[in-house]
Amino acid sequence: MSTVTGVSAADQTPGPDRRRPLQSDTASTGRIGDRLFGGAATVSGILVIVLVTLIAIFLIVQAVPALMDNSANFFTSRVWAPGGEQPAFGILEFLWTTVTASTIAMVLSVPVGVAVALFLTQYAPSWMRRPAAGLVDLLAAVPSIVYGLWGLIAFAPVFKPVQSFIEDKLGWFPLFAPTGISGGTICFIGVVLAIMVLPIVTALSREVFDQTPTAHKEGALALGATQWEMIRTAVLPFGRPGVISASMLALGRALGETIAVTFLVSALADGNPWSWSLFNGGETFASKIANNASEFSNPNKTGAYIAAGLVLFVLTFVVNSIARVVIERRKAFTE
Amino acid sequence: MAKRIDVTDLNVYYGSFKAVEGVSMTVEPRSVTAFIGPSGCGKSTFLRTLNRMHEVIPGGRVEGKVMLDDQDLYASSMDPVTVRRTVGMVFQRPNPFPTMSIYDNVAAGLRLNGVKNKKTLDGIVEQSLKGANLWTEVKDRLSKPGAGLSGGQQQRLCIARAIAVQPQVLLMDEPCSALDPISTLAIEDLVNELKNDFTIVIVTHNMQQAARVSDRTAFFNLKATGEPGRLVEIDDTTRIFNNPTEQATEDYISGRFG
Amino acid sequence: MSTATDRRAPDDQVVPGETFTPPGGRSGRDALSEMSNPHRARAVKDVVARVVMWAAFALAMVPLVWILGTVVAKGFHMLTTATWWTGNQRNINSDDFGGGARHAIEGTLQMVGFTALIAVPIGILTAVYLVEYGRGRLAKAISFTVDILSGVPSIVAALFIYAVWVTAFGFSRSGFAAALALVLLMIPVIVRSTEEMLKLVPNELREAAYALGVPKWATVVKIVLRTAFSGIVTGVLLGIARVMGETAPLLILAPYTKNFQRDLFNGNFPTLPMMINQDRGDFALATAAERMWGAALTLILLVLLLNVIGRVIAHFGAVKK
Repeated sequence: MSTVTGVSAADQTPGPDRRRPLQSDTASTGRIGDRLFGGAATVSGILVIVLVTLIAIFLIVQAVPALMDNSANFFTSRVWAPGGEQPAFGILEFLWTTVTASTIAMVLSVPVGVAVALFLTQYAPSWMRRPAAGLVDLLAAVPSIVYGLWGLIAFAPVFKPVQSFIEDKLGWFPLFAPTGISGGTICFIGVVLAIMVLPIVTALSREVFDQTPTAHKEGALALGATQWEMIRTAVLPFGRPGVISASMLALGRALGETIAVTFLVSALADGNPWSWSLFNGGETFASKIANNASEFSNPNKTGAYIAAGLVLFVLTFVVNSIARVVIERRKAFTE
Repeated sequence: MAKRIDVTDLNVYYGSFKAVEGVSMTVEPRSVTAFIGPSGCGKSTFLRTLNRMHEVIPGGRVEGKVMLDDQDLYASSMDPVTVRRTVGMVFQRPNPFPTMSIYDNVAAGLRLNGVKNKKTLDGIVEQSLKGANLWTEVKDRLSKPGAGLSGGQQQRLCIARAIAVQPQVLLMDEPCSALDPISTLAIEDLVNELKNDFTIVIVTHNMQQAARVSDRTAFFNLKATGEPGRLVEIDDTTRIFNNPTEQATEDYISGRFG
Repeated sequence: MSTATDRRAPDDQVVPGETFTPPGGRSGRDALSEMSNPHRARAVKDVVARVVMWAAFALAMVPLVWILGTVVAKGFHMLTTATWWTGNQRNINSDDFGGGARHAIEGTLQMVGFTALIAVPIGILTAVYLVEYGRGRLAKAISFTVDILSGVPSIVAALFIYAVWVTAFGFSRSGFAAALALVLLMIPVIVRSTEEMLKLVPNELREAAYALGVPKWATVVKIVLRTAFSGIVTGVLLGIARVMGETAPLLILAPYTKNFQRDLFNGNFPTLPMMINQDRGDFALATAAERMWGAALTLILLVLLLNVIGRVIAHFGAVKK
């Protein structure tokens, strides 16, 4: 590109009629401004890449020595004893609890969240759309520690009889087998997580549904479609990539949610028997790490927790990558 | 002073797609030159190469030469920002800056280029709005948002904004296509006045408009969809509309296609 | 529900219209009655869908009302006590009533302010790169990593800062370390929201500026960013609100203190989430529970206050003069 930065043609030539030529005192630095500003933007972007790379590297570097000393199988063991002469630790319990609770959360929150988003954009009378959307946003603004507090003190006593009821009627089915734990069961945590991520699903879905081109909607209605058919043929297909990305964000949030879960979980005693029951207790990755923050005394012990954190990182990474692929593919279809 | 544009053998590409091929023409100073032709014939694309606006679209590039008097617009030492300051443009849809008042809109080009003197700005804003036949309508509400004006007024505001930076040439890309007939008439009157100070190039879909406002008319056409557009002929407007040289022009003028 | 029935009316009118039988043979009647069934089924489906949507919304409102109701009912009294807005928790045990929250309020505000100071410029510039400058592979890579970063759980961000700041560099835990973790969590929120807002700015405005001979950087700063200003502010405030309630990084990196503490770089640091967490083990005690609810309500109010301020700023930013 040009190396001329000082003089512009407009400066050289007198303006039309009696006007003075433009006094463009920053025109001269225009290109420098572009270079500085564009450069700053680029550097910021690269910084983000560097940060994420560093996260991965640092976690790996500090996890590896601890994993080398591990005398148990990291992926299949349910023991967690990272300190001492013979450290032994495995993540099976955390993996199971984390994934199961998050799955329950998604199963509950995605359909409801999408339905609420459709309500807010398509069904609600226009006078209540704004306030209603504001209420859902309010739910998103509630800090997760408040959900934890509410779950612990207000919701758990209400959930208890529901759980006993299901255990009574469906206890023969392994997933609903009674375990004697009634506080922070996987199922209970899943429900609280569902409530927490619901506004995420709703807010993002609402945004994309709102952007459905009026022409698409009117096109469907003009063909004699009912409102529901219009939604199915125009709004949902248009919003699908958005709904998927919303769900994945929500899933990522559920997988990594720390403090609410930490408030609620029932830690299992060492050597407890394995159970498929959703009414079992058990720590998630995040709660295990958070509950033991004070134990980061020696590198090996810390390394074990970092290794667990790394697995959580990979889990969310995979979720995000899947979301990305799905969105890209959908885009190719809808455009 | 308004300047002459000389185009020699210009090809325009978007990526690997050749949009316009082999255009050579001269645009006379202080006159109105109209570009007409069917949709997709490259007239708007070609127009944008006259102030290098095609470069803001990824992949846009040209081969050939565009001279503004004795300045080569595509010389390697030429700054596209400078080119655009010299060759102003008005777009199809009025696009005033929504966050700015009427005054700020007109002053935007100057301010963003570093003119801060309030008196200078006041003078140029008034002169530009007068030049765009808008002054009497807005002089009492200069601090109101520009987006609050009617479509026709917004377009004249955009013209005022364009002439406020005192360009040599004013390019107009179908400036009336989004306007009602009365606003269109106001713009056409304005174009007639502006040609006293500027070289004006106007792209239009409306042949009557070309006949009404222009001194010279260029007819663009394309052989088939996917083929590059080309200049069929350029001549005095009266000649193009009464006695064109090319059969294709006559067919288009008489409404046989397009 | 009245609108539901109102809207059903046209459908009901359509159905009998369609089943109108012209005088004549059976074949005509059969054909039309065949048509009527799918129509009725469609109308029924439409009504069912409408009911489901209303029910879903009602269902979603249950926890909201419940949570906010509980927090206000149980925490409000605390906010009316004399010391809450002025004092700290020094020498106050779980079974003691009350105490103040000023130390935690100040700490939280100071921490998120510091976080925003770092994260907002990086986030906005990255968004500007992605929308205004980025093409090709680098832009794709950045966009992808922003996605990853937005999925990084707060506890992992905290572990990362711990691994760098404490384990590798040998610094001790501090408010600053926690703020760094919050920066990581805030950046993707800012990038994504800013990106959305920049994309909403019509290209016509950029073209208009370029056509006036405005250099690109000035176009971006003075036209694009200014047009998107209100939306960006809202995004920033949502980002701040999000990190304000984050507890995991504080748990790992910024141990709580009951005292006033302004120094982000040394020693323990008071924050509202950690104040709630402090009494977690004793929630069965009425004194501790009430303090937790009070701190929770204070935190929610702060978040809401930020939202309101943001909207006001956005409002005045959008309508210039």
